[in-house]
Amino acid sequence: MLTDKIIVAENLTKKFGDFTAVDNVSFTVNRGEIFGFLGANGAGKTTAMRMLCGLSKPTSGKGWVAGFDIWKQSEKVKKNIGYMSQKFSLYKDLKVWENIRLFAGIYGMKDKEIAVKADEMLNRLEFINERNTLVKQLPLGWKQKLAFSIAIFHEPQIVFLDEPTGGVDPTTRRQFWELIYHASGQGITVFVTTHYMDEAEYCNRVSIMVDGRIDALDTPAKLKQQFGVLNMDEVFQQLARHAKRSG
Amino acid sequence: MNQFLSFVKKEFRHIFRDKRTMLILLGMPIAQIILFGFAITTEVQNIRVAVLDSSKDISTQRIIDRIDASKYFNIAQTIHNYDEVDKVFQCGDADLVIVFEERFNENLIHTGKAQIQLIADATDPNTATTEINYITSIINSVQLELMGTNFVPIQIIPEIRMLYNPQMKSAYNFVPGVMGLILMLVCSMMTSISIVREKEMGTMEILLVSPMRPIYIVLSKVMPYFLLSCVNLTTILLLSVFVLGVPVAGSLFWLILVSFVFIVVSLSLGMLISTLAVNQVAAMLMSGMVLMMPVLLLSGMIFPIENMPQILQWLSNIIPARWYISAIRKLMIEGTAITFVLKELAILLFMAFFFITVSLKKFKIRLQ
Amino acid sequence: MVLKYLIEKEFKQIRRNSFLPRLILIFPCLIMLVAPWIVNLEVKDIGLNVIDHDHSTYSGKLIQKIGSSGYFRITDLSGSYAEAMQSIQSNESDIILEIKLGFESDLLKEGSTQVLIAANAVNGTKGGLGSNYLAQIINEYSTEIRENFQPLPNTAIPVIDVVPQNRFNPHLDYKVFIVPAQMVLLLTILCGFLPALNIVGEKETGTIEQINVTPVVKFTFIIAKLIPYWIIGFVVLSLCFVIAALVYGIVPTGSLLTVYLFAGLFVLSYSGIGLVVSNYSGTMQQAMFVMFFFTIILILMSGMFTPVNNMPQWAQIVTIFNPLKYFIQVMHLVYLKGSGVWALCSQFIALLGFAVFFNTWAILSYRKKA
Repeated sequence: MLTDKIIVAENLTKKFGDFTAVDNVSFTVNRGEIFGFLGANGAGKTTAMRMLCGLSKPTSGKGWVAGFDIWKQSEKVKKNIGYMSQKFSLYKDLKVWENIRLFAGIYGMKDKEIAVKADEMLNRLEFINERNTLVKQLPLGWKQKLAFSIAIFHEPQIVFLDEPTGGVDPTTRRQFWELIYHASGQGITVFVTTHYMDEAEYCNRVSIMVDGRIDALDTPAKLKQQFGVLNMDEVFQQLARHAKRSG
Repeated sequence: MNQFLSFVKKEFRHIFRDKRTMLILLGMPIAQIILFGFAITTEVQNIRVAVLDSSKDISTQRIIDRIDASKYFNIAQTIHNYDEVDKVFQCGDADLVIVFEERFNENLIHTGKAQIQLIADATDPNTATTEINYITSIINSVQLELMGTNFVPIQIIPEIRMLYNPQMKSAYNFVPGVMGLILMLVCSMMTSISIVREKEMGTMEILLVSPMRPIYIVLSKVMPYFLLSCVNLTTILLLSVFVLGVPVAGSLFWLILVSFVFIVVSLSLGMLISTLAVNQVAAMLMSGMVLMMPVLLLSGMIFPIENMPQILQWLSNIIPARWYISAIRKLMIEGTAITFVLKELAILLFMAFFFITVSLKKFKIRLQ
Repeated sequence: MVLKYLIEKEFKQIRRNSFLPRLILIFPCLIMLVAPWIVNLEVKDIGLNVIDHDHSTYSGKLIQKIGSSGYFRITDLSGSYAEAMQSIQSNESDIILEIKLGFESDLLKEGSTQVLIAANAVNGTKGGLGSNYLAQIINEYSTEIRENFQPLPNTAIPVIDVVPQNRFNPHLDYKVFIVPAQMVLLLTILCGFLPALNIVGEKETGTIEQINVTPVVKFTFIIAKLIPYWIIGFVVLSLCFVIAALVYGIVPTGSLLTVYLFAGLFVLSYSGIGLVVSNYSGTMQQAMFVMFFFTIILILMSGMFTPVNNMPQWAQIVTIFNPLKYFIQVMHLVYLKGSGVWALCSQFIALLGFAVFFNTWAILSYRKKA
C-alpha cells in the first residue's frame, strides 16, 4: 500500500477528563520527509505522537499510518514503525547487543540476520567495543544514539522520535541529526518532536503546536517568510505568546 | 508551628492520593479480624467418618447412631473390607475410619470385652488427636449406658473449666496478633517506603534545605502514619468487641497506652530502615524480611513461642511484636492488672528509646 | 519465534538482578530449614499447676502418673487456687488441677469423686487439647483402680477397648504436616510476588513503552512473563524436595511426578494472579500491598494451618475459589497419603480452571494502549 501521504491525521482529539491534550488536529506527512513536530512542553506533541503509534486511543478523529487505520489496525501500524520515547526506555540491565537482539527478535528477524546487521550497525556507530556493555553504564548521548538505531533496526517505513536530543550537548545533537539524515537517506520517513528551534531548521516541514492545536504548518523557509522573521525561534515566540498553558 | 502543620498536610495529601493502597490499609484489619474471628477456627467440626462394621449388631448400630448424632461427626460412608481403608483416605473422602471387630456385641456380652479400632488421618496431628478424643468419649458414654446402670464403682469425674475463653473461640488467641501485625505493617513498612521514595525522587533534599529543623521534617512524615495506626487500632478494638464478642477484660487505658508505645517503636523502626535502604524495593524487601516474616513467625502471634527450639526463642526476644502481643493478651483477654505487664512495657519502652536514638543519629549523619 | 527472544530477556534480567537469584535460592532453603521448627502447633510440655488439698496416697499416685505421661511439666504445687491463678497470669503454667480435700475417702467410700481442671483457653488448641489429655489420664487412672478393686467375675463390666491408630503420621509429628505446606507457601510467595512486581516494574522504568510500540502479541508477552516463574517454581520445588528428604526424612509416599504436575498448574494460576495485579497497579508499592492483602487471606483460608472442614459454611463456599486450597489438598494427599492421580480429578480440574482463567485475564488486562 504505497501512498504518498504516509501519515494522515483527521481531527484527532484526546481528552483526559476535562483536559483536552490534543484538540482537533489534522495534518499529513509525505513519504520520505523529515517532519518536525514543534511545541512547548505540554502543548500536546507527545500525546499526538502516542496516538499515531498506537500507544494511546484517540478520543475522536481518524488517523492512518503507513496506510493502516490507527483505530482498527494499530498492531499493523506497529509493524511498520519505529519509536523512540522521550524517557529512555531500553532495558538498562541488558547489554547493548542484547537489547538489539531482543527488539530485532520481536520484529521477527532471524538470528543470523540480526548478528550480521548488528555488527554492521555497531561498527558504523563506532560502538563495537561497547557491544557487551550494560546499557545503564553508557553515557546519555550514547544511550540515545543506541535507542535511535534500535528504533530503525528493523527498517520501518516511519520512525517516531519523541524529543530525541533532550539533555545532550550540542556536539552529540549534531551527530544525532547526522544519524537522522542517514536514515532519511535510506527512505525512512522521520517524524520528530522537539522544542529546540534550531533543529526545526533541519526539517523538511514543521508543524507548531500551541495548546493542543496546530497553529502553523509549512516548510521552515515559508514559515519565516509568512511571519516576516529571520529564524524559527522568532516564529515560535510569536505563536507561543498567545499560549494559555505554561510550559 | 504553622510550617509544621503545612508539612503534615502535604504528607496527608500524598498518602490519600493512592486510593488503592489506602483502601488496603484500612480494609486489611477488617478482613483479618473477620477471617480470624469467623473462618479460622481450630475447633474441629464436620469430621467425615467412614465405618467398617462387620458385625452389624445392636451395639455397633447404637455407637454409629450416637456418633452420627454428634455435632462434630458425620458418617460419610460405609466400607466393607479393611483394604478399603487406605483408599478412603487417599481419595480424601474421610478423616477417620471406625473399625468394629467381628461379632462385636457377642464378644461384649460373653467375654466382657470388645474392640473398636479408630484409624485417624494423622497428617494434621492436632486434628487427629482431637477427633480421637471426642470419639473416645462418645464411645465411653455408650459403654456406660450398656452397663445398664449409671453407677460405676470407681470414678473420678473431672470438672473442666476453660478460663478467659469459655467458648474456645480462636479469635481470643488471634486478635492481639492481628493488632501487632497491622500496626507493624502500617507504621514500619509504610513509613520506611514513603521516606525512601522521597529520597529516591530527590524531594527530600528540598525539604532538608528548608528552614525547618530536621526533627520536624521527620515528625511530619511520621504523623499521618501515626494517625492511620490509631484509626486501625480503633477499628480492630471496635470490631473485636462488637463483632467478635471478644471483650476488653482489663484496663482500656493501659491497653491504649501500651499500644502507643508499640506504635512509637514501629515508627522509629520504619525511620531506621528508611535511613538504611537505598531504594524503594530495598525498603520493601527489608521491611518484608526483617519485619513482617519475624512478626508472622516468631512473635507468638499464631505459633507458640514455647514450642520453638531454644535458639529461636532467644531470637524472638528481640522482636518488639512479641512483647506487644504478650502484653495485649494479658491486658485485653486475661484482664490481668498492669503489674503483670510491667516487664513487657519496660522492654517496649527501652526499644522505643533505642530505635529513636539510633535512627536520629543516622539521620543526622546523613545530613552532614 | 518472538517468544524465544522475550523469555531470553526475562532470564537475563533475573540473572543480572543483584538480589533475585539469591532470593530464589536462599529464601526457600532458609524457610525450609527454619520454619518447620517455628510453625509448630504441637501441644506438648504443658505447664501444669497442681493444688493438692488431699495429700493422700491416691492423689499422690495420680500426680505421679500425670507427671510421667510426657505431656505435662508440673511447674508448681500451689497451696491455693488464687496462688495457682497467679502462675497462670504470669504465663508460668497453662492448666490448674485442683484435688479437693477428701479426694481419697470419697473415691473409696462413695466410689466417686471430683477434680477441677482449669485451663488457660486464650490459645484454644492448647487449652482444649491439654485439658483433654489430662481428663484422659485421669480416666485411665480410675480404670486402673477399678480393675484392681473388682476382680470378681460376676460383676465384670463390659469394656469397649478403643484402639486408636494414627495413620500416615504415627508419631504425630507436626513437621510431617507442615513441611509439604511450607512448599506450597514458598511457591505462593515467590511465584506470586515476583510476577506481581514485574510488569509494574517495567511500567515504572518505562521499558514497557518500548515493548508496547512493537507489534508483539499480548498473548506472547504474557506467556514470556509466565514461563520463567514456572521454571523457577520447579527449581524451588526440587530444592524443597531435597531438603525435606535430607533434613526431615520426609519423602513423598505418592508419585513425585504427580506433585510436579499439580505444582506446575498451581504456579501457572498463582503467577497469573500476580500478573493481573501487576497489570492493574500503577506502582510497585501498590502491587505489593494488594498481593500481600490477598495472599494472607488465601493462605489463611487454604487449610494450611486449620482444616477447611472447621470453617463455617459461608467460608467453605469462599474457599471453592481458592487455588491454594486445592494444591494443599494435593500435597497432603500425594505427599503424605500416597494418592494416585485418579483420586485428584476435582483438584486437577479446579487448578486447570484457575490457570486458564487468571492467565486469560492477565492477557486481557494487559493494555498496550492507554
